[in-house]
Amino acid sequence: MMPKIRYIEAKTITKKTAELVQNTATYLRPDALKAFKSALKTETSTPSKTILNYLIKNAELAKKNNTPCCQDTGLEILYCELGEQVLIKNGHWKSALQKGIKLGSKQGCLRQSVVSDPLIRINTKTNAPGLIHFDLVPGNQIKITCLSKGFGCENKGQIKMFNPTASIDEIKTFILDSIAAAGSNACPPFLIGIGMGGTLDHACDLAKRAQLTPIGKRNSKPHLAKFEQALLKAANALNIGPLGLGGKTTCLDIKILAAPTHIAGLPVAVNIGCHAIRSQSITI
Amino acid sequence: MTPKKLTLPLTDLQIKNLRQGDLLLLSGTIYTARDQAHKKLIETLKSGQALPIPKGAVIYYTGPTPAKRNKVIGSCGPTTSGRMDEFSPILIEHGYKIMIGKGARNETVIKSLKKHQGLYLSALGGCGALYQQCVKTCECITYPELLSEAIYKLTVHEFPVIVTI
Repeated sequence: MMPKIRYIEAKTITKKTAELVQNTATYLRPDALKAFKSALKTETSTPSKTILNYLIKNAELAKKNNTPCCQDTGLEILYCELGEQVLIKNGHWKSALQKGIKLGSKQGCLRQSVVSDPLIRINTKTNAPGLIHFDLVPGNQIKITCLSKGFGCENKGQIKMFNPTASIDEIKTFILDSIAAAGSNACPPFLIGIGMGGTLDHACDLAKRAQLTPIGKRNSKPHLAKFEQALLKAANALNIGPLGLGGKTTCLDIKILAAPTHIAGLPVAVNIGCHAIRSQSITI
Repeated sequence: MTPKKLTLPLTDLQIKNLRQGDLLLLSGTIYTARDQAHKKLIETLKSGQALPIPKGAVIYYTGPTPAKRNKVIGSCGPTTSGRMDEFSPILIEHGYKIMIGKGARNETVIKSLKKHQGLYLSALGGCGALYQQCVKTCECITYPELLSEAIYKLTVHEFPVIVTI
């Protein structure tokens, strides 16, 4: 039987993407706010409680005043799960999505944080282009997830190509050292994404995607879930604390995504996410 | 962590009596400047010309989002101070000895601050909406072509910072 094709207007994609980008870059993710409130109950030091209270107040003010919770509204990254039965009408996917980023950035008064070339560094003045990833999935819908990634934390990410015989302890040390090196500059408490396997770039991609999953949800594979918990416990024992002032809450969570890899390799990527956790999804 | 309310400019005696970890609520005038503005300021100093900001000005490392209609300023939390480390010692020597940012400073900056009885204050990273509320007036002083990296003169009220160096 021939599949039924569904057409979506390019201007619909642009309009919906604009709303998504605006909302993502402005408001804190709900599970992050919940995690701050939960951390407030377990923190014992006064400075860390004071900071957590400020973070909560900031999120509430952002919502009340419709203002970005952090001035680094980030590089916009769109993850598109495109249904195989969907075709775009009167336009093209990439340009419709990039127009959405530009429109959302303008309407939301997001910061113009993009330069067109890493060496020449002229501001594009549109906060575009963002990064766009496409995955093909069965069905007739498109799900777009936007992640607004600030660079205070992005600059502290690390990748290491381990030998395939590397031990769990060596990997754990690398991850904890990366978190320690990130320190106060990357605005803890962190949401850490770990990517393991694949290739050098795939591990980095996984590390970022890992941050899209809910705080507190463990990897479905028992050995990775166990490793996540061990890492979280060890990371919080570093005592870096909220904004680096000391305390039990250095990380809100550590999430691992793993992929098959080559017999000669074991890539491990660490992506540091700051406390301004900003990602949202829409389905069209 | 009882906050202390202080009005800018601070005297040397007030600076001397502050302790690391003190939470301050600052009111008064501060000037924003980050990476590109610092580069231009140093070039101006080296060329022997006068700087566009008054001597003794408190410098706040930030690049705010554009202000929405009827708002004074957009979201304006601190940016990472470490990137200004190469520029700060010369500014401190020329009397710009109070800085607000986030994160650690290098040994050269720390030595310079101690030598000149300067002050490095940490603003709360990621709290852009909170700081927006603290800014009462905002005026672009110079380098408008730098957009969010321009130098803005801000009047702030009870702006929370933590004494770091």
